[in-house]
Amino acid sequence: MINLDTITINSRPNIFSTTPQLSRANHWDHFLARLGYKRSQHCVEPGLYAIGNPSPDSPVFVTANYTLSFDALRSNLNGIDGYILVLDTNGVNVWCAAGKKTFSTEEIVLRVTATQLKKVVNRHVLILPQLGAPGVAAHEVKKRTGFKVEYGPVRATDLPEYLKTRQATSVMRQVNFPLRDRIILIPVDFVHLILPTVLAALVFYFFLGGLLPALAVLAVLFSAGILFPILLPWLPTHNFSTKGFFLGFLTALPFALSVFIRHPDWTWYHQAGQAFGFLLAMPAVVAFISLNFTGSTTFTSKTGVRREMFAYLPAMAWIFAAGIILNIAFAFIR
Amino acid sequence: MYNSYSVNTLAYNAELCNGCGMCVAVCPHAVFEMNERKAHLFQPLACMECGACQLNCVTGAITVESGVGCAAAMMRAALLGLPEAECSCG
Ligand code: SF4
Ligand code: SF4
Repeated sequence: MINLDTITINSRPNIFSTTPQLSRANHWDHFLARLGYKRSQHCVEPGLYAIGNPSPDSPVFVTANYTLSFDALRSNLNGIDGYILVLDTNGVNVWCAAGKKTFSTEEIVLRVTATQLKKVVNRHVLILPQLGAPGVAAHEVKKRTGFKVEYGPVRATDLPEYLKTRQATSVMRQVNFPLRDRIILIPVDFVHLILPTVLAALVFYFFLGGLLPALAVLAVLFSAGILFPILLPWLPTHNFSTKGFFLGFLTALPFALSVFIRHPDWTWYHQAGQAFGFLLAMPAVVAFISLNFTGSTTFTSKTGVRREMFAYLPAMAWIFAAGIILNIAFAFIR
Repeated sequence: MYNSYSVNTLAYNAELCNGCGMCVAVCPHAVFEMNERKAHLFQPLACMECGACQLNCVTGAITVESGVGCAAAMMRAALLGLPEAECSCG
């Protein structure tokens, strides 16, 4: 609970101004934000902003103080006069902030009071992005500030259409996870995976079997980090782990086969041993990374993810261990 | 094939519903629909447990254990003994 008494309220509301135009600096900032570079530093100053030439009858839009959220909103308000109330979500986007309860009833009450919004507009309505709803109780906001909360569409691009009727169609209300969105997410996870992958590849290259296992490590990264998000809807089964096992198996097949081609002189159990090493270890790692992708998706429930973890994590660990032991053992028994 | 997403914690008590339509407005997965001035569960298994409907239902007709469906966050929580809500999504 934030203490409202500690906020000094000036006699005149302080209103920043903004425009719908995005500058080159804005685009560069979006690019870095998408890469996950300096994650928490893509912030906008919280408070009240005027866009266009608003009058006291203009609408008020609420958003998070993440630059991508703020810029998505204002760039879609071309030709619309209004106010933007920016909440302090620590530079986190609307949906995640609502989940963390920084985009919240509490924060709206605080911001409406601090900006003296009641003195600025006559119509006491706040248009919230629908994805703010997990953090906000509309009736509580009404009770505590007098402002009625209206949930607008999920995507800011639908705002102009929404403003014509103040009704969101069911399409505007639904979140999907199209290819474009899945591709945008690739770099964020990829950046985290690069260092461990390169280290593992070097260890395999110099100490544990040479080029082939090192390449296998890189293939796992490519498969789990890039192919999995792209292919997600088309991979068979419901669970991320089993989808990952499937993709990992396909990734491992060429490595397993190459053992027979590259080493026709080995005994059959030596060949089979190393081939099985790939067929076990690689899918297990791809499955594990795939399971972690649940955190980036827009539809997995906590209950489902927990059940999936209980069902598949132990198997992943055992299969991985078996595969690695086989691989290493046969790399040394020459 | 096993589907871990075949159950969830969403529960709806139609008797308490006043027909305000908020649950339909806030749900990102069209779990509810309005039918003769009452909410109906249209596709309960599409629920991702975001908690928006429960929070915005003034009559308390909906309950759901909300949380972030993020394996990494849950593993971190299990290993470090943290509360599970701490997701690192940004
Ligand atoms: S929000 Fe609650 S009261 Fe309103 S329609 Fe949905 S279930 Fe009924
Ligand atoms: S918890 Fe979220 S996804 Fe599930 S029914 Fe409620 S609003 Fe829809």
